[in-house]
Amino acid sequence: MEIRELVKRYGRKTAVDGLKLTCRTGEVTAILGPNGAGKTSTIEICEGFRRPDGGTVRVLGLDPADPALKPRLGVMLQAGGVPPAVRAGEWLRVVARFYAHPLDPDALLALLGLTEHARTPYRRLSGGQQQRLSLAAAVIGRPELVFLDEPTAGLDPQARHACWDVVTGLRDAGVSVVLTTHQMDEAEKLSDHVVVIDHGRVVAEGTPRELTGAERQLRFRARPGLDVDQLLGALPPGSAAKESPSGHYIIEGQVGPQMLATVTAWCAAESVTTEDLRIERRTLEDVFLELTGRELR
Amino acid sequence: MTGATPVSVHAIDFSPRPGAAPLPRMVLAQAGAEIRAMLRNGEQLVLTLIIPVLLLVAFSLAPLIDIGGGSRVAFIAPGVLALAVMSTAFTGQAIGTGFERRYGVLKRLGATPLSRAGLLLAKTAAVVAVEILQVIVIGMVAITLGWSPQGDPLWVVLLILFGTAAFSGLGLLMAGTLRAEATLAAGNLVYLVLLGLGGVLFPIEKFPAGVQHVVGLLPITALSDGLRGVLTNGAGLPATQLLVLAGWAAVTLGLAARTFRWE
Repeated sequence: MEIRELVKRYGRKTAVDGLKLTCRTGEVTAILGPNGAGKTSTIEICEGFRRPDGGTVRVLGLDPADPALKPRLGVMLQAGGVPPAVRAGEWLRVVARFYAHPLDPDALLALLGLTEHARTPYRRLSGGQQQRLSLAAAVIGRPELVFLDEPTAGLDPQARHACWDVVTGLRDAGVSVVLTTHQMDEAEKLSDHVVVIDHGRVVAEGTPRELTGAERQLRFRARPGLDVDQLLGALPPGSAAKESPSGHYIIEGQVGPQMLATVTAWCAAESVTTEDLRIERRTLEDVFLELTGRELR
Repeated sequence: MTGATPVSVHAIDFSPRPGAAPLPRMVLAQAGAEIRAMLRNGEQLVLTLIIPVLLLVAFSLAPLIDIGGGSRVAFIAPGVLALAVMSTAFTGQAIGTGFERRYGVLKRLGATPLSRAGLLLAKTAAVVAVEILQVIVIGMVAITLGWSPQGDPLWVVLLILFGTAAFSGLGLLMAGTLRAEATLAAGNLVYLVLLGLGGVLFPIEKFPAGVQHVVGLLPITALSDGLRGVLTNGAGLPATQLLVLAGWAAVTLGLAARTFRWE
């Protein structure tokens, strides 16, 4: 899938602003971004639901509006898409009839823990069960490329893992997956390729490892308002120390036993009790917040 | 997760094997789903079967209206058949489709190999199937009440098909442009107004002449008049009524095609 200079406007608001993105075959691509970053607009243009105002989009080599694309794509909407009165099993069987070589609806229901709810009307399913049914419908036609728009939003941990298993199963079978998410652990765990978008543009992309970098950090929690400049004075030149957010301290530089000793000694001298002291790589969440800022939207 | 027997993701072969089913299979599957949805919907059954049958029985047995002589059931039965067609093709379809749009069902179906033309075909097939059921039930009740229908069944079939097209156009026009709640309210209101005005139960000859001309152009009047002419009086080709219904169908389906918003 290839997107070049994509632009989408709603009235005077520009939702997607010159976005460029390539998703490789057989990979899981995660599109990360804060609310309103343009994730859903982008994915819905690729699904053929919306027309772009500028740029070009090629999905499996075709225009997204090409009807020949429909059987080759699997689509899970962010919400809804199922008549409230229809029974779960019935919906899956009807959707299966639209495809030439569908998966067995009963097997999918069992995989996603919905067997007992096969005769339950959609509106009586819990939010998580509704999401799982939508996921089942997205993959039932044995597509080449699956779009999942926030597939695990509102799922409990068990259901989240079941969904991750399906995504992993799809990738192992050679299916390409494009998913949007807010959940960094999800992107980190599932995806081969992460694209961070904000204000309708790509602000970073790469493998999760490339984005987080190899550098390690020393992190600890303590009472807010420590004098980080003074702490920095105790550390070798080239180190960096910051409090972010309040009460959480991050120290970068030559992370090793020497740094650990210096920091704990300084804390002892200042009568500071540390909690959660650890050395680790930056998380995707750190990168994400650095790229997109902390303000709420 | 509440599944009793955990199933491994490896038990399912997800390897791509895309392909659309043949169009007839897709249309049949969707039509079946639409029919089940209509028959499962209690409020809709009230409109499509219970109200027509109750009106048929009540107005046939009790002298509630002056039809100017002749058998009451012979006057009422064709009107009730017209009402039944309107309830399914217009009211039921408008409300059903309006809420499908609201719940994103039309959008989701748009991502499947079922084309919009295929979806429309499925909806039409489902409407016709429910109408056949209505005709059988209403016809049997009417015959029990002493009705003996006249005329050529071909004209009856043509009138019902043209009426279905006209009412479907009107229903889809509303469903594709108004909010679902507005469609629900307007769909029921139009049903009631046309039930009162359109010669279903009350002969339009009782209205003032000027009103008669306007009312005569309503699709419900054309359908009930046409059916009454054939079934009660054994009339031949109901050309005027078919023309009125074809006009409504052309205008409303054309407008619906141009204005329909799928989400």
